[in-house]
Parts: sequence; structure tokens; C-alpha cells
Amino acid sequence: MPSSPLLPKLMKAHGVSRRSFLKYCASLTSLMALPPAMAPRVAYALETAPRPSVIWLSFQECTGCTEAITRSSAPSLEELIFDAISLDYHHTLQAASGAAAEHAREAAMKEHWGKYLVIVDGSIPLDEPGYSAIAGISNLDMLKETAEGAAAIVSVGTCAAYGGLPQANPNPTGAGAVSDIIKDKPIINVPGCPPIPMVMTAVLAHYLTFGIPDLDELGRPKAFFAESIHDRCYRRPFYDKGLFAEGFDDEGARAGWCLYKLGCKGPTTKSVCATVKWNDGTSFPIEAGHGCLGCTEPDFWDNGGFYKPLSAPAGNYRRVGQAAVIAGVAAGAGGAYLARKGKADALANHETVDAFTLEKEEKES
Amino acid sequence: MNNPNFDLLMFARGPLFDFALLVFVAGVLIRVVEILVLGRKKDFSKAKGKPVQQGIKTIFTRTLPRPGAIKANPITIVGGYVFHIGFFIAFLLFVPHIALIEELTGLSWPGVGRVIIESSTVLAVIAGLALLYTRWRDPVRRKLTTWVDYLVLVLSLLPLITGYVAVNKLFGDPTFMMALHILSVDILMIVFPFTKLMHAFTFAMARYYNGSIQGRKGAES
Repeated sequence: MPSSPLLPKLMKAHGVSRRSFLKYCASLTSLMALPPAMAPRVAYALETAPRPSVIWLSFQECTGCTEAITRSSAPSLEELIFDAISLDYHHTLQAASGAAAEHAREAAMKEHWGKYLVIVDGSIPLDEPGYSAIAGISNLDMLKETAEGAAAIVSVGTCAAYGGLPQANPNPTGAGAVSDIIKDKPIINVPGCPPIPMVMTAVLAHYLTFGIPDLDELGRPKAFFAESIHDRCYRRPFYDKGLFAEGFDDEGARAGWCLYKLGCKGPTTKSVCATVKWNDGTSFPIEAGHGCLGCTEPDFWDNGGFYKPLSAPAGNYRRVGQAAVIAGVAAGAGGAYLARKGKADALANHETVDAFTLEKEEKES
Repeated sequence: MNNPNFDLLMFARGPLFDFALLVFVAGVLIRVVEILVLGRKKDFSKAKGKPVQQGIKTIFTRTLPRPGAIKANPITIVGGYVFHIGFFIAFLLFVPHIALIEELTGLSWPGVGRVIIESSTVLAVIAGLALLYTRWRDPVRRKLTTWVDYLVLVLSLLPLITGYVAVNKLFGDPTFMMALHILSVDILMIVFPFTKLMHAFTFAMARYYNGSIQGRKGAES
């Protein structure tokens, strides 16, 4: 590992000044929810940290996560952090292909056994391993084999973290998350479809500098997934005032009113989208006029429809309601009819008795 | 990996809501239709007054307390008003609730802001607790109260309390609290047709009937 150049050297090569590096460290420090006094330590740690070998495994995925992280932002300090690791295997980014590529993975594993970091994007088919294979090796086998010598695993994207789109109902491949398969290694989940590039690089930076970050019960770093989007949303004041957009292009939507009625999942979604934002802090989906899809949460594809308000029922209520109306009216009318009939029958069957008959009956007995 | 809180929320919004809706709609209709179809024995006597007019009038006049009632039972009367009005403001004017009604029926109306919703919720809960307390303190009413009456009162307060906690993130995971909120509403809907909660639908019929009897006799109701 020490053979690879450390960060200062790389910075020089990329023409990045020390000032902008320190600025980056400061923002990274605040992003990681560390006290500001830690910024110099982050800088020091990043400068001196040896570059770990990273093996990036892509399974049932769309490459969106890789797209996001590689296009994070110019002047690409994130890219620099990316350079601060030694990416030894990545289908999309590596030049080698076929057997040579697989050899690179095996060589990296052998050389750095027990120390390398595995990044996974994409879910793993469990029904039939043949659904997704690389160089004749099923995703399941490759994950198990590679994870064995890993120091830690970072599941990047909701597919790797929670199963994501491939796992959506009816889950044709029996897709599972990394944590469904690997139980004996520390796993950091960085969900999102895709995750915010800055969050991905910050998690890597945290791993490089301070090790594994504090995780929530869903395996997500608390620094980035502790607060709901709703609580940090710039449209939140309109929610509080009771002002809601009724359509994507109505006046309310343009005036920044809350998108809850259009299906926004902000209240149940934890992420820093509303504060860190995307494309170099330009905006985030809600700012672009579309409700949050809830992509950092498990099963977000199947959570009752993207355009249905969170408070609306998610099941087959329309049919149920119609059936209830018919059944209710019929049963009510039927009950009343039976009661009336009982009354009428009782009246019809009523035998009149007079004193004479009673006397007669008494004598006979 | 699953989020158990979200799974509970989806259960409360999904299958359990469907079941609750079935029980609620069918149950309410069975009772109301049965009452209407059963009807009343035809009164062949000539009406001395105006039964229909008095009946309709009574539906509204019984909304106001009779003279002296506030003095006799201030907490019951005032608490009753505050609870009902607060409950309906929170239920019918909070926009996520309107979104739910719009999804079910297509009907929609403008909502109000958080200050009004949350003040109403808090007042309704305080009123509900006061009603619970007075009912329990008064030996006569205590004797008259069944366990179902207490259950109904508590079940009516739970959606208000859980909703307030969920929206304000007072404690617990917000998604979990939201699931509890919807769960509490599902339960309220399920017990509705079988308890005195039915008064929400039958009060008008009962008042009309009482008023029309008096009207027929020529009395003012």
C-alpha cells in the first residue's frame, strides 16, 4: 500500500491548492457532524492515510451509483478522494476486461488480504445464481469470495443496501441485499438511488480517517441519515401553514408550496438531500418540483405509489369500499326485512283466545 | 433488509386499512339501513302540529344545551363541545387528512395551518381527559358507564395523541409513530359500528324522531 502516492502528491498533480483542500476538509468535517475543531485532524488524517485497496463489485444495478460518484463535481476534490484510494477492480472504470480484469481482483485480494475495502453496488440474485454472473462467476459466489478477506464492506446505493429496484414486487430474481448474505463483516449502508456523491465520498473519507462511522439501525451512517428530508426541506414552512400544491405545475407548486399531496415521501425519508443537495449544492429533487421518492429507505418502490400522498391508503380500498357499500345495504335491508317478516308472521299466527274457550279447556283437563 | 417501522406503516395503510374500511362502511350501512327500512308504525291520528318541521328543527336545536345545563354540568357540556369541535378541526382541516378523503371520495377543500390544527388537537385531548375524569368521579355516571364506554373514549383520544406525537416528533421513531397513528384510526373504524360511536350517524335520526313526536302532538320541541 505505501507504494501508492499519498494525497499531497496527488493534489499537486491535480493542481489543487492547499487552501481549497483545507476548505474541503472543513466542509467534510461539518458534513460528518464532527466538531469544527476536528477539521485539521481530518486534513492530517487524509494527508497521511495510506491508500487502501478497494474492490468495487457491481451486481444487479444500473451503474447510476458509479455515474453519480464519478461525476460528483468539478474541480473534483471528491474525485481526488476517489484517487486517494487504490481502486483495483471496477467493471465500468477499469481498462482491463475479461480474464485480465478478474486477475486484477484476485491479485488485489491476495496482496491486501484482510485489509481491503469492498464497495458493492447492485443487489444479488438468490433464486437462481445464474441470473447475474460475471466472467462465469455468479454474483453470490463473487460476493462471498471477495468479502471473506475484506476489512469492511460499503453497500453503495439502495440495491446493495436493501435490495432496491431488483427486489421490488414481485422480485423475479429473488434479489437480496449485501447484509442478507454477509453476516460477519462490518457493513456500511449508503443508500440512495443514487446516493449523493458528496455523501459517498464523505463516508469513504470517514472510513479512511476515523474508521467505520456511527450507524443507525438500518446500517446507515448517522451523520447523513439521522434527519428526515421533511424536517430540513425549504418547503416545510408551507406545510406548517397548510399551503399545499395540488398539481406539479400549478401556482402553488411554483410558489414553493409543500408537495405532500403530490406524493412526497419526505416525512418518512432520512437523508441530507435538502441540506447537502446535488450537483455541487445546486438543488435537490423537491427543489426541482418533484416530491421525494423515499429512495434511501428499504422497499421504496413498493411503499404505496410515488404519487399517492403518504396519508392515503395503499391497498385495494376502492374495491373493498364498493363491496362494503353493497354488502352493508343488502345486509341492513335483509335484517330489517327479516324483523318485519317475524313481526308479521307472529301477528298472523297469533291465536285469539276468549274466556269461553279457556273455561272449556280447564274443564276438560 | 427491511425497515420494520415502515412495514408497520404499510400494513396500517394497506391491508388493515382495507379491513377497517370494510367493517366501518358495511357496519354503519347495516345499522343505518336497518333503522330506516324498519321504520315506525304509521300513526293514523291527525297531526295537531307540524311533525316534519319540528323534527328538522330539533336536529339543530338539540345541539345547544338546554337552559341550566351548563351550570349543572359545566365540564360535561363545555368539554363535550371542545372535544367534538377540536376533533373535527384536526380531522377535517389537516391537509394530509384531506388528501386521504380526496383519495377515497374525490372531495377536497382547503385546510388550515399547523397552529390551528395543533391547538385544536391539544384542546380536544384535554377536554377528552376531563370528560373521562368527571365520568369516573361522579358515582352516578360511574355506575352507568360500561367498560365499552371507557374504551370508546380512549380509542377516540388515541388518534389525536399519536398524531400529535408523530407530527411533532416528540418521541419514538417518527415513521413508527405515524404507523401507530394510522393503526389507532384503523381500530377506531373497526369498533365504530358496534359501539356508541354510531351516534355520529344516528343522532340526526333520533333527534328528528323525538322532535316529530312532539310536533305531531302540537308541542314546540
